[in-house]
Amino acid sequence: MTAVTLTIDGKLVTARADETILQAARANGIPIPTLCHVDGLSAHGGCRLCLVEAGPGGRLQPACVIKVAEGQDVRTDTAKLREYRKLILELLFAEGNHVCAVCVANGNCELQDAAAAAGMDHLTLDYTHPRREVDLSHDRFGVDHNRCILCTRCVRACDELEGAHTWDMSGRGANSKVITDLNQPWGESATCTSCGKCFMACPTGAIFRKGATVAEMDHGRAKLDFLITARGRKQWNV
Amino acid sequence: MELADLAAIAEKERAARPPVEVRCCTAAGCASAQADKVLDGLKKAAADAGLDGKVRAVSVGCLRLCSRGPLVQVDPDGTLYANVTPEAAPSVIAGLAGGPVAAERLDPAGPFFAGQASVVLENSGRVEPERVESYIAADGYKALYKAVREMTPAEVVEAVTRSGLRGRGGAGYPTGVKWATVAKNPGDRKYVVCNADEGDPGAFMNRSVLESDPHKVLEGMAIAGYAVGANQGYVYVRGEYPLAIDRLTTAIKQAGKLGLLGTHVFGTPFDFRVDIRIGAGAFVCGEETALMASIMGGRGTPTPRPPYPAEKGLWGMPTLLNNVETFANVPRIIRDGPEWFAGIGTEKSKGTKVFCLTGKVANTGLVEVPLGTPLRTIVEGIGGGAQGGAIKAVQTGGPSGGCIPAELLDTPVDYESLGKIGSIMGSGGMIVMDGASDMVDVARYFMEFCMDESCGKCVPCRAGTVQLHRLLTRIVDGAAGPDDMARLESLCHMVKDTSLCGLGQTAPNPTLSTLRYFRKEYEAKLRTDRRVHLPVYTPTVNGTPARRTP
Repeated sequence: MTAVTLTIDGKLVTARADETILQAARANGIPIPTLCHVDGLSAHGGCRLCLVEAGPGGRLQPACVIKVAEGQDVRTDTAKLREYRKLILELLFAEGNHVCAVCVANGNCELQDAAAAAGMDHLTLDYTHPRREVDLSHDRFGVDHNRCILCTRCVRACDELEGAHTWDMSGRGANSKVITDLNQPWGESATCTSCGKCFMACPTGAIFRKGATVAEMDHGRAKLDFLITARGRKQWNV
Repeated sequence: MELADLAAIAEKERAARPPVEVRCCTAAGCASAQADKVLDGLKKAAADAGLDGKVRAVSVGCLRLCSRGPLVQVDPDGTLYANVTPEAAPSVIAGLAGGPVAAERLDPAGPFFAGQASVVLENSGRVEPERVESYIAADGYKALYKAVREMTPAEVVEAVTRSGLRGRGGAGYPTGVKWATVAKNPGDRKYVVCNADEGDPGAFMNRSVLESDPHKVLEGMAIAGYAVGANQGYVYVRGEYPLAIDRLTTAIKQAGKLGLLGTHVFGTPFDFRVDIRIGAGAFVCGEETALMASIMGGRGTPTPRPPYPAEKGLWGMPTLLNNVETFANVPRIIRDGPEWFAGIGTEKSKGTKVFCLTGKVANTGLVEVPLGTPLRTIVEGIGGGAQGGAIKAVQTGGPSGGCIPAELLDTPVDYESLGKIGSIMGSGGMIVMDGASDMVDVARYFMEFCMDESCGKCVPCRAGTVQLHRLLTRIVDGAAGPDDMARLESLCHMVKDTSLCGLGQTAPNPTLSTLRYFRKEYEAKLRTDRRVHLPVYTPTVNGTPARRTP
């Protein structure tokens, strides 16, 4: 494989010809924000956060998909790109029901991080407040569609890493939704192996492990009652 | 099959033709107005009058003036009847002998017909779409013979390049360049795909071509297959076109039987098979990468380009994707030569274009004109102008196009000129609007269409169109302020620049073009007071507004 030389944000870098702009940039310490991209999974090109100005005319191209080319002049951080990234994040926040304060992913959320990094601290657009479902039918995991940004990382992880293809997309446009099997409750899925790769891939709190969410904590107070009774009355067997 | 065999079929067909042919359009538009019953009535009346062998009633494709259907034309004198009811059918036959005809008679030399050209639609309304012999009698499949027997694939590509033909799906990419790219890209297999997923509101050119002259499209595809080295073709046609699918299926079967498609086309080593793939109702599947995903059995969502289909298309192989009308132009280019074709149109836009003239115009229907024809000639000359009142705007290119104001009606219709004034050629929808149309509402309608048809893959299109539709609705409702206008514009540019595929990238076009030419209409709807309207929060106690304590 040949190597090519290109310029990213004025910095001269080299990369293998089969690498994407994103790979070349990150290998050289140039950050490009992403949401739908996960190293090792197939490229999706849907979140549009990684758009960069590449080539003549400053046409915007997704860095996660487009391969490097000899002599390419890439700009990853222009005023226009910053404005667009902020607007994309606004669109995502307006589209779902993202309430960080009561979210299990608060502090561990790529959407939240991306918004903070882009300086998106308020919305100039209307919240759409969609009615979305929560599926808690699975033993170990739950999915809260209110927090889903439709990045399809779960779909790709399940298909490409686990080979189960439990997840897929249904509907279109604003009615898009990730589904398990043929839109059955996750707990009834015949193909799910409960491996948790979708949970690991999810950038937000949409797919979460049960027992760790807000208001789910079990204090086990009955245990105290048991101990008091046992010690006071020497009743160790219930 | 040899040229002589082809000529023999044509000769037999011509010999069997009676002196008078009564042609009844049975394409979808006329069929919806009982054309099938009219045709039956014509056949029965001819038989009853004992005219067998002298008069024959046949089913043909589109006779163009769709709004006045069912249309019946008498050959050879060209008499044209409109709004023919099943009851009036016998009088049309009686009229051949000079009797009175109970249907409106149109002038085939009138402005609607006389102003038109006939390249793509040359056989439309003349040949019987359900009989391959009829197409062969109209010089059909001669071009395919010429291509596979007398030309090398490179010569075919060269001919298409020299003709100056450009993609008729709307973007206008040079067809010859596309063919050459597919021909040169290495691949074990190659594919030819015909895009018949026509979905723009108000557009029905491709449907009419497929219903009127399906063999022409098949012939064009086979020539393309020979030129680029493909042995398999697919026609991706939307499920909403059942008649087009039927006629295409019949055509493929008939052509296969005669050895015009399938293995050893015209006795050469060239094989070419065509299969139909039916779309399931998604507008986005007209986008080439989504269309290919759908053909391969996947979810019809687009993927970023590059790689382009010409490099990696169906199953990773080089794939040639052209629109129905593009393929329909090919046989004539091969048969009559690229120079003949290049003689029509303008310097950069060669040939003709079929448009669907609809809306507030006197003559609604299918219109074919040489490229470079002024818009005014189409809407006022051929179309007969607005019905009562003046034309306010003409919308071209559907949800990807723009609204052209009346003062720019003298713009020539070619790819560059329409692009310059903020619209596009598009696939051929042309909607005429008069003073009754609210341009902001028009913009909102097209945005609603894009919002409903967005596949949901990329954020700007999925969520951006929703926000744009909300903003436009707010303006229409008179609830928007100047800040909403600014937001509308910035969001339009963002969705245009950042969307993944053509659907999202062009979704703001109707809004941007109406903003450009009809900004006053937007501004007239804005709130006049300068107060900032925030949602008012009133604290309540047990359902009654709380009293403020001093």
